[in-house]
Amino acid sequence: MNPIQLIWALISGALFGFGLSLSTMTHPEVVLSFLRFTDFGLLLVLGGAVTVATLCYQLAPRLLAKPLFGEVWGKYPSELNTRTIGGAAVFGIGWGIAGVCPGPAIAGLGSGNWPLFLVVLAIFAGAWVQGRFFGS
Amino acid sequence: MIEQYFPNGIGHYLAGGLMIGAAVGLLFITTGLKGGMSTVFSSTWSFVSKIPFFQQARFTESRLWRLAFAAGLILGGLAWMLFSGSGTWQTGIPWRQLIVGGFLVGFGARLSNGCTSGHGICGLASFQMPSLLAVLTFLATGIVTAQLMVRIGGM
Repeated sequence: MNPIQLIWALISGALFGFGLSLSTMTHPEVVLSFLRFTDFGLLLVLGGAVTVATLCYQLAPRLLAKPLFGEVWGKYPSELNTRTIGGAAVFGIGWGIAGVCPGPAIAGLGSGNWPLFLVVLAIFAGAWVQGRFFGS
Repeated sequence: MIEQYFPNGIGHYLAGGLMIGAAVGLLFITTGLKGGMSTVFSSTWSFVSKIPFFQQARFTESRLWRLAFAAGLILGGLAWMLFSGSGTWQTGIPWRQLIVGGFLVGFGARLSNGCTSGHGICGLASFQMPSLLAVLTFLATGIVTAQLMVRIGGM
């Protein structure tokens, strides 16, 4: 990991956090209003993000031999098994209770949404229990 | 019709979504890295925990950029607050819901190896069928749970 890559991760993260804040995904109330069908804005956020990300993921490796400041084009390997689906089911239940997922929990801290600090600690705890007792 | 389904408008949702996609794309084009935001909650444990699970190469080799990515998220939130001049805003969701929900989010996302940004953005953009099934699954359980929470007097 060279320092330039860390700087680009920081810059990309900042853009990500700005987008999450602008789209009010850092407000759990807005996320819950989507899950309760009173405001479908979250679908526009997800749709817009997937569209741009798909273009970048699919086109960049065809147009460039390698990343601008890296050596290889990474993959996002996901496996179809009970852990992937069962974990997603549990994740959704937590999402429906708190209205928060990992990205907005972190980004919300930057805009002073302090109660989300509790969520960040709880996510760390959940991730530890997963790794300690259900890791593989 | 738009007002019925989008009572708060659509502009900020679309602009924010496009920006999030651009962020994921920028990380990929500059570094070749793909990743959502849940893995940092496992990889960061590798700094302090001797548990073999957390000492896997996939965590120890990615923990620095994932932390930089997460630090960027905080800076982005801060920049938006200063730029928009909206001041700070705090959620009114009860702390019990935040803690219980957060724990399940952390456990579930790490068991599933992805969250809304991981499976939802990076996985779908990589045409990963398991990620699509994961997204449909957490949308379903999220919707059912959020609607049940209203019935039992949650917020």
